[in-house]
Amino acid sequence: METKIVAKTKSEIKKVRLESGLDVKPVYTYKDEYGKDPDFAEELPGQYPFTRGIHPLMYRKRPFTIRQYAGFASPEETNKRFKFLIENGQTGLNVAFDLVTQCGLDSDNPRALGEVGRVGMAIDTLEDFEIAFSDIDLDKITVSLTINGSAIVLMAMYFALAEKKGYDMNNLRGTAQNDILKEFIGRGTWIFPVDSSVKLVVDTIEYCAKNVPKYSPVSVCGYHIRESGANPIQEMAYAFCIAKAYSDETLKRGINIDEFASRLSFNFDIYGNIFEQIAKFRAGRRLWAKIMHEEYHAVKEESCWMRMIAGGGGAGLTKEQPENNIVRTAYYALISALSGTQTMALCTFDEAFTIPTEKSAEIALRTMQIMINEMGVCDTVDPLGGSYYIESLTNQMELEMLKEMKDVDDHGGIMKGISSGKVQSKISHLAYDREKAVQNGAILKVGVNCYIKEDKKNVVEFHPYNEVAAKMQIEKLKRKRKERNTDKVKALLEVLRQDALKNVNLMPSIIEAVKEYATVGEIIVVLKEIYGEYKEPIFF
Amino acid sequence: MKILLAKPGLDGHDVGVKVLAHALIEAGHQIIYTGLRKSVEEIVERAKKDVPDIIGLSVLSGTHQILCEKMNLEMKRQNVNIPWIVGGNIPFEDVDILKKTGVNCVFPTGTKIQTVVSYINNYHI
Repeated sequence: METKIVAKTKSEIKKVRLESGLDVKPVYTYKDEYGKDPDFAEELPGQYPFTRGIHPLMYRKRPFTIRQYAGFASPEETNKRFKFLIENGQTGLNVAFDLVTQCGLDSDNPRALGEVGRVGMAIDTLEDFEIAFSDIDLDKITVSLTINGSAIVLMAMYFALAEKKGYDMNNLRGTAQNDILKEFIGRGTWIFPVDSSVKLVVDTIEYCAKNVPKYSPVSVCGYHIRESGANPIQEMAYAFCIAKAYSDETLKRGINIDEFASRLSFNFDIYGNIFEQIAKFRAGRRLWAKIMHEEYHAVKEESCWMRMIAGGGGAGLTKEQPENNIVRTAYYALISALSGTQTMALCTFDEAFTIPTEKSAEIALRTMQIMINEMGVCDTVDPLGGSYYIESLTNQMELEMLKEMKDVDDHGGIMKGISSGKVQSKISHLAYDREKAVQNGAILKVGVNCYIKEDKKNVVEFHPYNEVAAKMQIEKLKRKRKERNTDKVKALLEVLRQDALKNVNLMPSIIEAVKEYATVGEIIVVLKEIYGEYKEPIFF
Repeated sequence: MKILLAKPGLDGHDVGVKVLAHALIEAGHQIIYTGLRKSVEEIVERAKKDVPDIIGLSVLSGTHQILCEKMNLEMKRQNVNIPWIVGGNIPFEDVDILKKTGVNCVFPTGTKIQTVVSYINNYHI
């Protein structure tokens, strides 16, 4: 006898819309509109368009690099923290500089008062780099420099240091953030006008392509764009527009796309809906590969790789009940691993409001190590590949990213959009919308607008400002200015000035100047005289 | 009311100050914004020129104490008598310390935007 299953009457279901603006169905199947394209069934990690990962074996071969952001007070203090992190199993360094260095000033500049060594390490001359990296083998541990406005100077110092230590420049690895265009959108450590700023970035790309071929001169940051208020689609779209802008300018110098594209990398944000983020990275990898191959005619596989660092997401962390951030960051780590990141820099639970303590830095390290060693995330590549939901979302997000990129192009391109402040204004409005949504409960934040606990006691240990280290830094700088060969420094700064006027690549003359201990501030002043300074468009 | 929002020091974080600007505009106030990295001297000069009802400083780099002390001295030096408030990444413990510098109100991390807007709405000149 045939029996029939009678379906229960459907009840009203709540509508779910992702930050990207996409609606989520309660169930996805193989019939799903965006998932039914059978192409993905053929996709494999390590094969174009790399949706599932850039390497065939991914973490099965080697887990992602653990590269926690660190640096504070003086090079001496920072060197100690670097060694602590390395001893505890960190596999890469991610250097934080103070705002004085980031803005291209010397530690004894009156504008630096109270800022020396506060949010990162203070660097004035090559001597500081020599101290910061003493007893650290730059062949074994790769170093990432989180520096933008003054990046060309700090990169020059790093190369000068490596040369002095006798490393083979053909094999020197490492990364500089050096993404100035996003600084105009968020983070704000710009110095020069937009065009000149981009010229300096391109100088570093060109120099590296020819002299330090394994070094990654730029890490294009969707991260800060997202932190400033952009949604995940815009984060990727704007980052790709920026990466294309650098590529276009580099191509104008007669360098082939395959000579530099493989060394461009990305830095993305991780906070938000788990599945949306994972799909975002899969879509991003596919789209970037297509852009490089179809639009730029790159033929080398590596040129089509969207290599990335992920694991940060300060905007998702809360001051309220800060221990909850430990849990949030554990999810962040999982998201980045499931997304196939190359490098992970996990937020510490206190990072949104202070410099991480040794303890919180250790918790973040252990979070990643627990995940790698106990949870099986390294066993198989792209474990969510083939999920109806993830594949559907991946396809949808790729289309949305393309649309957003087209919108930027239709409005005159990313450089124009940034120069006029239009891009910033759009993002700032989104940040306000988000804030309102948190306030009215449309977006839920545990401890902030639900499950609130009235407790004003700070459980976070605030990192005290090290005034002694700041004073010593200034004394060291003054001593170095006396010790060095002043005539030689002056002559080299003049060579730099002439080179800047001639509009040639400035990397060689900056390297020569830093080798003789020219300061960050001295070099930036020379460039300011020629390029002028950025005039910030005022808007909300 | 006319409000001057300013970013003193080298800090480049402006998401918060812009969100506040949007909220204040929506509440019917007029906003003047200095942009990033202004010296305290520049901010006070701007206040002298534009004569706002309230000045708001946004500091997220941790230099709030030094900048507030400087602000206090500079206001006196330039003979400007306008109420001023400060917000940003400020620990609760520092609120009382800052109040000694003459700042009218401190809004530490975690303050709801609406709290700042209400404070300004209810401020009687």
